Amino acid sequence: MERFESLTGIAAPLLQANVDTDLIIPKQFLTTLVRSGLGRHLFFEIRYDRGGLELPEFVLNREPFRKASILLAGPNFGCGSSREHAPWALRDFGIRCIIAPSFADIFFNNCFANGILPIPLSLPDVEALAEIEGPLTVDLAAQIVSGAGRIWRFEMDPGRKATLLEGLDEIGRTERSLPAIEAWETGREGQRPWL
Amino acid sequence: MTKPPRTLYDKIWDEHVVEVRSDGTVLLYIDRHLVHEVTSPQAFEGLRMAGRRVRRPSGTLAVADHNVPTLGREAGISEETCRLQVEALEANVREFGVPYLPLLDDRQGIVHVVGPEQGFTLPGTTVVCGDSHTSTHGAFGALAFGIGTSEVEHVLATQCLPQRRSRNMRVRFEGRLPPGLGPKDMALRLIREIGTAGGTGCVIEFGGSAVRALSMEGRMTLCNMSIEAGARAGLVAPDETTFAYVEGRPMAPRGAAWEQAMAHWRSLASDDGAAFDLELCLDVSDLAPQTTWGTSPEYGLDITGATPDPAAAPTPVQREAWARALAYMGLEPGTPLEGLPIDVVFIGSCTNGRIEDLRAAARVAEGRRVSPAVRALVVPGSGLVKAQAEREGLDRIFLDAGFEWRQPGCSMCLGMNEDRLEPFQRCASTSNRNFEGRQGRDGRTHLVGPEMAAAAAVAGFLTDVRRFLEA
Ligand code: SF4
Repeated sequence: MERFESLTGIAAPLLQANVDTDLIIPKQFLTTLVRSGLGRHLFFEIRYDRGGLELPEFVLNREPFRKASILLAGPNFGCGSSREHAPWALRDFGIRCIIAPSFADIFFNNCFANGILPIPLSLPDVEALAEIEGPLTVDLAAQIVSGAGRIWRFEMDPGRKATLLEGLDEIGRTERSLPAIEAWETGREGQRPWL
Repeated sequence: MTKPPRTLYDKIWDEHVVEVRSDGTVLLYIDRHLVHEVTSPQAFEGLRMAGRRVRRPSGTLAVADHNVPTLGREAGISEETCRLQVEALEANVREFGVPYLPLLDDRQGIVHVVGPEQGFTLPGTTVVCGDSHTSTHGAFGALAFGIGTSEVEHVLATQCLPQRRSRNMRVRFEGRLPPGLGPKDMALRLIREIGTAGGTGCVIEFGGSAVRALSMEGRMTLCNMSIEAGARAGLVAPDETTFAYVEGRPMAPRGAAWEQAMAHWRSLASDDGAAFDLELCLDVSDLAPQTTWGTSPEYGLDITGATPDPAAAPTPVQREAWARALAYMGLEPGTPLEGLPIDVVFIGSCTNGRIEDLRAAARVAEGRRVSPAVRALVVPGSGLVKAQAEREGLDRIFLDAGFEWRQPGCSMCLGMNEDRLEPFQRCASTSNRNFEGRQGRDGRTHLVGPEMAAAAAVAGFLTDVRRFLEA
């Protein structure tokens, strides 16, 4: 899995509340059989007009945000469908970090599996970050976001932090517990034979 | 020593802990894994690339539902990308030895309708699927939650998932639901109350007399919508209603195993005195039929209500969100919901595509005609629901009234197949999401229960189903 240590980049503000995964990547792109290539369809419905041309007012169509690697988002970001196509599309576009007041559970989990760091910060903090011109720096080890001479600390679960810092292969890690899994299954068979 | 009282969630969780890791995460054993065509191709590809196999095929069940056609599927799938995805699923289940219900099998249907029907979903189990509405299965007292594709791969490979404990929330619905109302109204009312993020980080256990009175179908509707309240999962403690539903299902235990299972299942209720992090009680006896006005399930109202004025929103973020939702929905502030002209009615989905839902809609539709201005679709949740409805003559009621009677699948709930709204069409839908573009680009969705959907089809506009009961 991809590692995440630190990042300095452009932060694009998209502060509307309840941005759902249908909006991040709509259904017509879910028939793909691969993980890559979804970046150009990211936010499709609000990024392009009905003729397929870019909407100039949409943030990711404007300079300098076309090259954003950080997204500043509103509360409950990533709600709705469990589709991992949403983080795939964000990652493929170049987003490595999302800062929002809150995230939907499944989306939050899906980020870590794709080398994206989701950072919960309060709405006033996210709004303050959106006011900053120029790049932001995110340091996962120190759990700090900084920009324009100011710093913000964020909370992060130590397990998730380690996963990103070390780029751990989660499945490989679980496979190391195979003896425990087998023992558990054997015990279970005796107790709950119908399963 | 007496054990401290535990919630139902705690009990299922504790039983499935394989290992507690040094970082505090838990390796949780997964009993049941449902797989569908849209969120699994990359997971199987990952297994293939790593040379892994499916660890426990018997705990896995695959079915195609999201992008399948709901008419004339015998002739094959005409949309190429959809066809390729279903073919990929078929090739993957063959290669990895995963049990699969083929598209033309009578048991095919929406994954969350099929699991319970087959007795694959059982009380006290852990159930996952690469789909957020996996919460549906919580109706059986199973810990059921949606996962992403990376986690699908993880479960296929190891039958386990690293997890963190959720918080316990209890929602009690008390009182007797008035005629014409159903569990969808309860769910929408709750989401209106706590918001789409109200349950974030929580598992919601539903209880109270109004929940006990619900059928399994009704409990599934309620648990299905718990994800729209942001919850990780919904739960209802199993009882006689549950056992009666499960008994005799193809994959349910039989004979001595059934007795043994029942003994365990009876222990699956929250202990008296178990602590919940959050509690809420709603009285349903004076509930009005619910419908949404905007582009989030939390934008709900009584059918007698009118759209809100963004100027009255409590925060600037909400003001903007309301204004955006109204603009998308083509509505002015203060517009009464009753009387809004409807172009399309969709009855189906994993929320309201089960036999009880079709019966409820048919009761309203019987002897009436769909308004000439409306296109109305009925899409049964599974082949078995369809067959049952046909045995009961519900298909005739719908067809005689002018509804389309289609083959099972997700259909216009998300419009991945050809069942989609045209731009700016307004739809009364029994599905669970009214997000922008969900049912088709620029489509406008009003979430309702099956009775309200049928009433809208007949009237040609959103209307109060209680009027139809009096008539
Ligand atoms: S019916 Fe709708 S919500 Fe349910 S699984 Fe299918 S697409 Fe998802």
